[in-house]
Amino acid sequence: MSGFNPSDDALRDVKLAHVPFPLPRVALWAFTLAVALGFAYIVAINPNFGWPVVAQYFFDPTVMQGLSVTLGLTVVAMIIGVALGLILAIARMSQDRLASSLAGLFIWFFRGTPLLVQLIFWYNMSTLFPRISIGIASWNTNDLITPLTAAIVGLALNEAAYMAEIIRGGLLSVDKGQAETAQAFGMTKARALRRIIIPQAMKSIVPPTGNQLISMIKATSLVSVIAMADLLYSVQSIYNRTFEIIPLLLVAVLWYLLITSILNIGQSAIERHYSRGDRGLTTDKKKENPMPSGAVDERA
Amino acid sequence: MSAPETVLVRARGVHKAFGPLEVLKGIDLDVAAGEVVVILGPSGSGKSTFLRCINHLETIDQGFVEVDGEQIGFRLKNGRLNKLTNREIAAQRSRIGMVFQQFNLYPHMTALENVIEAPIGVHKQSRDEATRYARELLTRVGLSEKFDAYPRQLSGGQQQRVAIARALAIRPRLMLFDEPTSALDPELVGEVLATMRDLAKEGLTMIVVTHEIGFAKEAADRVVFMDGGVVVEQGPPGEVLANPKHARTRSFLSRFI
Ligand SMILES: Nc1ncnc2c1ncn2[C@@H]1O[C@H](COP(=O)(O)OP(=O)(O)OP(=O)(O)O)[C@@H](O)[C@H]1O
Ligand SMILES: [Mg+2]
Repeated sequence: MSGFNPSDDALRDVKLAHVPFPLPRVALWAFTLAVALGFAYIVAINPNFGWPVVAQYFFDPTVMQGLSVTLGLTVVAMIIGVALGLILAIARMSQDRLASSLAGLFIWFFRGTPLLVQLIFWYNMSTLFPRISIGIASWNTNDLITPLTAAIVGLALNEAAYMAEIIRGGLLSVDKGQAETAQAFGMTKARALRRIIIPQAMKSIVPPTGNQLISMIKATSLVSVIAMADLLYSVQSIYNRTFEIIPLLLVAVLWYLLITSILNIGQSAIERHYSRGDRGLTTDKKKENPMPSGAVDERA
Repeated sequence: MSAPETVLVRARGVHKAFGPLEVLKGIDLDVAAGEVVVILGPSGSGKSTFLRCINHLETIDQGFVEVDGEQIGFRLKNGRLNKLTNREIAAQRSRIGMVFQQFNLYPHMTALENVIEAPIGVHKQSRDEATRYARELLTRVGLSEKFDAYPRQLSGGQQQRVAIARALAIRPRLMLFDEPTSALDPELVGEVLATMRDLAKEGLTMIVVTHEIGFAKEAADRVVFMDGGVVVEQGPPGEVLANPKHARTRSFLSRFI
């Protein structure tokens, strides 16, 4: 209850403070690490996992082929999906009733039906429309819709519907004053979007897009139903011969995890880029900030 | 009132309604080149709305606005009045600078990038030229140390001065200020007003909506008092502020002594 004793002042300098040893935390860490290592050991020595077989097939040409199909499909479908999603988001938000209802209809349909069903429909398009004609040009549907194009179209359109909503949410998150300022300075709508609105929207668009990309990598495994040889299909085709089901599924699992990890690293880098100007002096200082990145520093 | 002056802004019978709410009920206003006009009036009297009509951020319902001999938003051709395209309207706005109450700096760009954005993107200046001029302007508003700071790293007063530099960078024929100091802490108001007084002395044409009576007294050539969507009275600050003719002006001003 007594006040400060001035003679202690020299000792009160917080620079001299001792930090108590965080025993409970260290114990928890040690325990978790032990459990994890134990589990890894059990998995590693269990012969049923067939690790030698995993190693044997990890770089198998069939698997590599499947991996490239999975990656290629993901990249192409994602690029088309994002581009179309951006157009849909802008259309959805436009004053023009026609544009906004058409975009709404698209999003409603492609989000509301299972991707598997969509893929099968695209693949079987020729039974619905034997010929496709635009103006005087006309094609045999079977020449246009190969398994590859059906897979790309199916994945991309589905992705576009989801991306449209993600992008729209991002655009809406930007302060309305920003668009107005760009307008007041004589920028065209397109320029304002590109230079002012989208860069600010990216902060809320990137994290869910990373999610989408990861889902997409796994969603590509659905294309095996339309005879596309993706990563999963390729390991299946091997274990159908050798019956080494678990080791080959592990090959696929490890590849999926590897790609996902690389994507996570890329995503963090992109997120850091788009949160520049978010207070800290430089973007790499962010780690020192104990607040979650969503925390806003209010300053009038 | 001296030699024949060029009229830069002409507003005639400007009406604007938001749904059933009639905000502007016929505003007439002339602003001469080089003139500094301060608009005063109670909250909700339509000051911001009128300012936004001048650069067509709001479309007016009746009347017209002319800036530098060009009708804003429309073109009279062979006796027919045609609406301009978005691109043409953007071009008209490109020489009207605007400073907002909430600054509205682009948060993802540094101070310098904020200032060079429109000169490069809209006015197609070279990056070097735009950067050189931006440095000069930022130095003029006292921010030579802050070229590479992001808006969130600046105080409110500094942000508003960047916003002023950004508006000056487009070499405006007309500057619109909408309550530029209302969002600032009292001790930061002075630095922004000082910057604006300098601009007024340099002969920039300015329309300023503000509650800073002191600024109106010192810097304004004319004070316009608005209430209920009309101009109630206007004249030199010495007259309107010292001897207001209308009761509404008097009661408004009495709150500031
Ligand atoms: N976009 C809008 N939609 C509907 N009503 C609006 C809109 N903009 C302004 N108003 C209304 O118009 C009236 C005038 O608004 P304005 O912002 O022009 O007033 P002001 O004189 O600038 O007031 P203040 O001093 O508070 O800024 C207010 O009643 C406001 O609610
Ligand atoms: Mg206002």
